[in-house]
Amino acid sequence: MNRVDFKNIIHAEELKAKNAPTKHKIFVCCGAGCISSGADNVMKKLQEEIKNRGLEDIEVVPTGCMGPCNQGPLVKFKPGNTVYQKIDCVNIGEVVKSQIVDKKPLEDLLLFSEHREKPFVNAEEDPYFKKQLKIALKDCGDVHPEKIEDYLLHDGYKALDKALFEMSPEDVISEIKQSRLRGRGGAGYPTGLKWETVYRHVNDQKYIICNGDEGDPGAFMDRSVLEGNPHRILEGMTIAGYAVGANKGYAYIRGEYPLAIKRFEAAIKAAKKLGVLGKNILGTNFSFDVEVRIGAGAFVCGEETALIASIEGRRGTPSPRPPYPAESGLWGKPTLINNVETMASIAPIILKGGEWYSEIGTAKSAGTKVFALAGKINYAGLIEVPMGTTLREIVFDIGGGIQGDGQFKAAQTGGPSGGCIPAEHLDVKMDYEELMKLGSIMGSGGLIVMDENSDMVDVARFFMEFCVDESCGKCVPCRVGTKMMHDLLQKVCENKATQLDIERLEELAVYVKECSLCGLGGSAPNPLLSTLRHFRHEYDTRVQPVRKSENLVHQ
Amino acid sequence: MIVRNSLQDADLPQDDPRVKQLNVKMKKEGYKPDALIEILHNAQNSYGYLPINVLRYIAKVLRLPPSRVFGTVSFYHFFSMKSKGEHTCLVCTGTACYVKGAQKLLDKVEEKFGLKQGQVTQDGKIGLQAARCIGACGLAPAVILDDEVQAKVSPEDLISKLTSKLETHEQG
Repeated sequence: MNRVDFKNIIHAEELKAKNAPTKHKIFVCCGAGCISSGADNVMKKLQEEIKNRGLEDIEVVPTGCMGPCNQGPLVKFKPGNTVYQKIDCVNIGEVVKSQIVDKKPLEDLLLFSEHREKPFVNAEEDPYFKKQLKIALKDCGDVHPEKIEDYLLHDGYKALDKALFEMSPEDVISEIKQSRLRGRGGAGYPTGLKWETVYRHVNDQKYIICNGDEGDPGAFMDRSVLEGNPHRILEGMTIAGYAVGANKGYAYIRGEYPLAIKRFEAAIKAAKKLGVLGKNILGTNFSFDVEVRIGAGAFVCGEETALIASIEGRRGTPSPRPPYPAESGLWGKPTLINNVETMASIAPIILKGGEWYSEIGTAKSAGTKVFALAGKINYAGLIEVPMGTTLREIVFDIGGGIQGDGQFKAAQTGGPSGGCIPAEHLDVKMDYEELMKLGSIMGSGGLIVMDENSDMVDVARFFMEFCVDESCGKCVPCRVGTKMMHDLLQKVCENKATQLDIERLEELAVYVKECSLCGLGGSAPNPLLSTLRHFRHEYDTRVQPVRKSENLVHQ
Repeated sequence: MIVRNSLQDADLPQDDPRVKQLNVKMKKEGYKPDALIEILHNAQNSYGYLPINVLRYIAKVLRLPPSRVFGTVSFYHFFSMKSKGEHTCLVCTGTACYVKGAQKLLDKVEEKFGLKQGQVTQDGKIGLQAARCIGACGLAPAVILDDEVQAKVSPEDLISKLTSKLETHEQG
């Protein structure tokens, strides 16, 4: 297929959509959250309902995550963007009757109806959505994840077309550099620079890896993009391949996400059939192939050198850098590794330009960030906001505040590598630098809200236990240090620790941070250090007086 | 000699459908050692866990030292060399579920069935595991019961669901 054919296909799809007998469409959220709440049955019942009422012209579309996961199952009606929450097989009939037949929205079941005086008929006007800006997640919730035609109608593969025919690889890289996009996996390394480094290394074989090994407990951003809009990732990977000169890509997806794996594999198949992936893409000389690699449950595999080892079929242990993967990665070849969310941001940047993207966000962190809200918050789910949005806006304006009568105590970001942000810093602007200043990190975007019932020492212990489990064992500081810190924290939790133990903890934290081989150990002390910094009194109240004998030993 | 012995043990009944499936997968991957993890996933899917003779067989066919195969299996949480029980109860202990009381679920199952995480009841009916995060944080605390995600589970819910699994089992 060449470019003209591709344009014709898009044109035909657009015509088909334009001439459809009815503009009504019903979208059923089939993200992981809604499926667990019974979206599959709602979908079946809805189709029956439509048939019984003789409304077969209306298309029912299963989509990816719409956002407010704990209000699910969600059903959206277009035109009008009317979203209904907590739909089940019983009330779906009423909803269809009042929305389609009577043309009158059913207020009791509208999204957030229990919390709003007057719920919004057009959900986009609700503060929950108004405060958000969706770029990476834009089409999740609007496209059928297993239908490439649907993606084409949402500017799908147009960015690839533009890159291949109107831009040189250098142009693509400079566009990404101009966008100031930074790696969304957590570290925030400038994506454009990474691409350029791989591009500069001359080699007949280079690789692209999309890192979908989302191991942070409390994070499900990558999952939702992979499940909701797999073609967007595929398009991003292909553009990356064109830019750096690679013709083979691997998508490394967690084994815990079977649906994501299934949909991504289906997307690869469909893209190859259409001719936007595989040999001679759109009739050009550029070929690019993607394979899925399934992760097997190891947090450390999110680290790039460990991930490479895992793709090579070995134990996922990291190796010292340099050499960086950009120089010598998969099978010793130059390799570009980007996170799922980074890949999802590529196509919009190419289409709308790097300048457009760079104007969103803060001076040092451009663009938007997806956060997975969870914990003691009213609207747990997936959100995307411009960088620099304050924590207060995220928790209270978007997240709907704390559940029940609870008080906000802390928000934990960055998972086991991050830290806790206390209430006095609620007005922190969320970007890489500001979070770093508070002793936390952006991380991949998990954001867990805790109320006054959360015990911060136990939170630190919980994350340290995670790191003990997940330490690969290759280097001593991480293997032994995390275990020792965990035991000391356990002691504090059991009210058996003394002031000396706290000092030991602080000392160990520095050693482990400085001496570990990879990011897992290097950041493992973060939850401990940040709780010590912001919630010191919780440690102090549990500390026992030092016995004389012990004091002497340590003098 | 030890190596030779272990390779002699490495043969599996070729008419077993699970072995056939495994052979197809290994052929499809071109017997490449780098596809080891993919092949292990496939074997675990059909066997439910990874019996030691299957690992020996894979090592032999891929021409890998058995140590490399065992080393890989023991490294990743996803792989198990023990049977996981007929019904599996996987309690998510990710941060969101932890904040919302996943530990209470584990405690209750231990109290009721005497099971700690990673254990299987003596009759092999129920296996209890804990996962680090299943990515269903909006529904915390979450449990996967025989591949079905259960949202916002209370300790009592979980016990009654497990008991009913056992009962239907007895009837069936």
